[in-house]
Amino acid sequence: MSMFSIFNVAGSAVSAQAQRLNVVASNLANADAVAGPDGQSYKARQVQFQTVPMGGPGSAGVKVQNVTESDQPGRRVFQPNHPSADGEGYVTHSNVNPVEEMVNMISASRSYQNNVEVMNTAKSLLLKTLQMGN
Amino acid sequence: MLEQMTARLDFHGKALMLRSQRQQVLASNIANADTPGFVARDFDFAQALQKAAGATGARATEGVAMTDARHLSLQGGPGSPKTDLAYTVQTQPSQDRNTVDLDRERANFVDNTVRYESTLRFINGHVKTMLSAITGQ
Repeated sequence: MSMFSIFNVAGSAVSAQAQRLNVVASNLANADAVAGPDGQSYKARQVQFQTVPMGGPGSAGVKVQNVTESDQPGRRVFQPNHPSADGEGYVTHSNVNPVEEMVNMISASRSYQNNVEVMNTAKSLLLKTLQMGN
Repeated sequence: MLEQMTARLDFHGKALMLRSQRQQVLASNIANADTPGFVARDFDFAQALQKAAGATGARATEGVAMTDARHLSLQGGPGSPKTDLAYTVQTQPSQDRNTVDLDRERANFVDNTVRYESTLRFINGHVKTMLSAITGQ
């Protein structure tokens, strides 16, 4: 019964979107983090989605292929009194762009909701199918 | 005799199978709304149903041999009908080559849900009719 694989497909999408939300949360949490003693500041992360075939043609789930780190330079702010300031008095912050992350979060949240709705619909249809002939 | 009573039920059964298949294809499209390079799929329901309803026992009896004259014929029996999956036409090109139009997919999904339920009701009504014919009330 192909209706059951809807749960696998939508479930994989929900889990992938949850991981995306997780990455956004970690980016936003580290938005203001400064570089440590090694001079390396936090790099913004981003998930990469990939299609996974899930039994039968036209049945495609999603998985997070890998998590990439942005290689853009960190934000440099002139703060000579800061304990982490370098020789020129600059502090390197993370390269997270909060606006981008908020947009990413809203997109992930909407996709998550869509897939939950798909699962609810599939569930109610299957329950009605179970009562067939009643 | 019994075949005549169940022939109409068979048709609705096939329609139900196709509806569930389409539901599943649409669910895949919605799941991959954010996947780069994903190409949305769908199939022409009317055409698929015509093909499934017109299919003779040749496909249904695949792999099943009737070794005794008293065996029931498998004509139009269960088994998922084959569908020709096509690619949907892109309305708004996107940078990541994803062709899923989420609004259209959601509309199709809801439409397919309602039609699945109505097919289910047709089957239920038919079963009720047959039961009242059998009990003779």
